[in-house]
Amino acid sequence: MEQHVLVVFPHPDDETFGCGGTLALFAKSGIPVTYICGTLGQMGRNMGKPFFATRESLPNIREAELEEACQALGIQNVIKLGLRDKTVEFEDPELLVDRIERILREIRPSLVLTHYPGYAVHPDHNALGDVTIRAISRLNALERPIVYAHAFSRDCQDVLGPPDIVNDISSMSEVKLAAIRAHRSQSQGILERISSGKFKEQSLENSFSHLLENESFWTYRF
Amino acid sequence: MNPINKLIVQPALNSFLNREVYLHLETTNGAYAVHSHESAMTVGAYIRNGRIRFGRGIITGDGPYRVGLKMELGWVYAEGLTDFEMEQEGQLLLAGHDQEGRLAVALELSLTPFEL
Repeated sequence: MEQHVLVVFPHPDDETFGCGGTLALFAKSGIPVTYICGTLGQMGRNMGKPFFATRESLPNIREAELEEACQALGIQNVIKLGLRDKTVEFEDPELLVDRIERILREIRPSLVLTHYPGYAVHPDHNALGDVTIRAISRLNALERPIVYAHAFSRDCQDVLGPPDIVNDISSMSEVKLAAIRAHRSQSQGILERISSGKFKEQSLENSFSHLLENESFWTYRF
Repeated sequence: MNPINKLIVQPALNSFLNREVYLHLETTNGAYAVHSHESAMTVGAYIRNGRIRFGRGIITGDGPYRVGLKMELGWVYAEGLTDFEMEQEGQLLLAGHDQEGRLAVALELSLTPFEL
């Protein structure tokens, strides 16, 4: 099967923080990457630091940031579902499953990256991950892509065990950092706290440097 | 946005008196409040494009500020407001930002619906 990576996440920046290095590695090796982005992150509380966005200007700002981040990572095709931040779990799931199934049948991805439903903390993550898994399960087993599920709830390792996919992305750390910087309304705060050494949790700097070295996923079993 | 100036915001509130206006009201402590150990609970609420009419609207406090809008059958209330913006005609944005510049509360009024 021809290789094509499909990424399904609800918020601009999910693609970068969770799997930017992995996506950059695929793009660099010439594999096309398509990103289905559910919302524009309209309800984020980060507004830049010092804040420069308002509740009303945030969606346009994040849309532009997304474009810049995708350029940095090498994502050429972005499909925006036009949903509203924080409301994904309240939409009719069947309609979302239908929409994602149509895209799956058109793109025929060899690999899908999405959130692991139930283990991805934000309700939008869990809801969009769930409808994505349901859409993929409608395909017959032979045409079904591999699924890398992204999980980061505190209990995920206890329940799911250790992740079976651990990608060394250190060769792409600069690319990932550029994409993180592109999402400036969302990343200025954390980048400032790290560079000034003023972090609440001692582990923040470690977890951030980890973010630039490794990305982990669980292969979803149907 | 700029730090709230009551001398500007109060007349702006008055301009919406006794008219059908669209309301955006929200408060949040962030979707990751529990996950990041910032709080014991993740709490938030928002209304997007509620249609209201109020006959009395007051901003008070010495900063952060409070706003109360008295309607025929109830109230709209927000606390912790720090900044305002009136860049778009017929629209008043009020927000409360924490020390990190993150939005914690917002109260916005508009003569036309807010974008979805």
